[in-house]
Amino acid sequence: MNRRLFFPLCLVSLSALLAVLLAGVRVSAQNPGAQPPAPTPRASAPIDLTGYWVSVVNEDWRYRMVTPAKGDYKGVPITREALQIVNAWNPAADEAAGNQCRSYGAAAIMRVPGRIHITWQDDNTLKLDTDAGTQTRLFRFVTPAAPPAQPTWQGQSVARWERPGRGNPAVKAGSLAVTTTNMKAGYLRKNGVPYSDAARVTEYFDVSPMPGNGQLIVVTTIVDDPRYLTQQFIVSSQFKKEADGSKWDPTPCSATW
Amino acid sequence: MGSHAVLGHMVRIRAPRIAFVLLVLLLWAPLTRSVFAQAELSGSWNPRNTEDVSRDSYPVDYLGLPLNDEGRTKALSYNEGQLAMVERQCEGWPAVYFVQGPFGLKIWADTDPIKGSIVSWTIGAWEDRAPITIWMDGRPHPSQYAEHTRGGFTTGRWEGDTLVAETTHMKAGFLRKNGPPMSDQATMTSRFWRHGDILTVLAVVDDPIYLAEPHIVTKSFGLSTTPMLPVGPPCVTTFEGKRPGEPVPHFVPEKNPFVDELTKLYNLPRAAVLGEAETLYPEYRKKIKATYVPREPCKTDCGAPPAR
Repeated sequence: MNRRLFFPLCLVSLSALLAVLLAGVRVSAQNPGAQPPAPTPRASAPIDLTGYWVSVVNEDWRYRMVTPAKGDYKGVPITREALQIVNAWNPAADEAAGNQCRSYGAAAIMRVPGRIHITWQDDNTLKLDTDAGTQTRLFRFVTPAAPPAQPTWQGQSVARWERPGRGNPAVKAGSLAVTTTNMKAGYLRKNGVPYSDAARVTEYFDVSPMPGNGQLIVVTTIVDDPRYLTQQFIVSSQFKKEADGSKWDPTPCSATW
Repeated sequence: MGSHAVLGHMVRIRAPRIAFVLLVLLLWAPLTRSVFAQAELSGSWNPRNTEDVSRDSYPVDYLGLPLNDEGRTKALSYNEGQLAMVERQCEGWPAVYFVQGPFGLKIWADTDPIKGSIVSWTIGAWEDRAPITIWMDGRPHPSQYAEHTRGGFTTGRWEGDTLVAETTHMKAGFLRKNGPPMSDQATMTSRFWRHGDILTVLAVVDDPIYLAEPHIVTKSFGLSTTPMLPVGPPCVTTFEGKRPGEPVPHFVPEKNPFVDELTKLYNLPRAAVLGEAETLYPEYRKKIKATYVPREPCKTDCGAPPAR
């Protein structure tokens, strides 16, 4: 090999190798100076969460499918302050005060039996509607510039894609991570087991194929609440994909059922 | 010959070789990214146990299970007194119990000493649960006639940073400790998702004999700095009131004395307690709304008392 060609060849090879290994940067021979625009969260989604999904209640059945007895908080690591709220639960008072959606807030809604409908509201916002309680959650990949609004049942959710392979958008695998704050105080369970307005909800949405060409979403929900929980409350909920929205059945919030 | 001349000579004769090595490295680089894409699962993972808290504390509680008629009949014939028999005391629970049970997970990888590649992941055993070895080296599952064991035979692969494990060759056993059965034809597909210090495990059990549809169970674990043992204490049999030769404790399914216990305690529909598949979906909730009678306030077993 010609010595004059050898050293430039080495340099180019090493540069390319380092670029691929350390940064995953694509080398464009045609236009080396141009930076392609970053793909939108929608365009770069590593998993497809859109569509209609139905919850599968195979865990905590008697805490989810029926209203548990007053005072039953088994499995929830509550504080003494929270216990007072548990024992004072009064669904009629909640209804009268317009708080019938307390058990449909962001910390609990994925545990409520029902269907969810996920769509892209725009290129930066994933929208999740629930038919149980007729709630809407917005997962924003771009943090809004405006200051936080008043607390709501669904709070403010910031989303990001979690990707393997050092975040390489070419890898079509990963999870949706959502962090939600600024929620109104609500209930983790229908029978008044509380979370406070200081709670923070972290969620991970993962997908899995199922036998018979089915699909499953598994949502891992982690609730941190310095006021009403002594440790993290973690549950994982499952949703099966449905062919269409023919079983979509919006129902209003209820404090008793 | 001066040192510069020697260097120049070496470069000239080795240049093709060096260029070839660099080319191989360049082609190999994208493959390394798939290794980087995998997740580190090694460690001690504590159960959080804030979900599925009722589980198996009642003799007849099949809530959330999609049993078919055969599965339900077999479940109702189960009598926990069987565990007093010496030959059954150390029988252990099937592989699915690593997600269903209250245990933590001790996970480690075994590597090829030459290549450094991961040959297998192992989920350690406990007193009544066999270890699960997830083979990552591409070996096939054995013949359908091969021996079935408590832990079964498991192979794994990576899908992005998700470990996917397929388990076959499990012995017939139970989906839960209170008797819902699992046949030796059941298979289990598991997925391990790591999110920071939280590990969420999904297990889907497909059983053509006892299930009306695949049984789905998930559980989350937190990474612990306190090491767990890779094995549990040994199971030691002892006399628990059943002598060899005595009948196997069981119930006639239609006469199981506990069949209505949960219904009476929690006002739950019998179809749900007995694990009918339709009871897993929201339509069933609407179906029972008109007839459900709320339970009296909880007096016992209502939750762990908050710390003072």
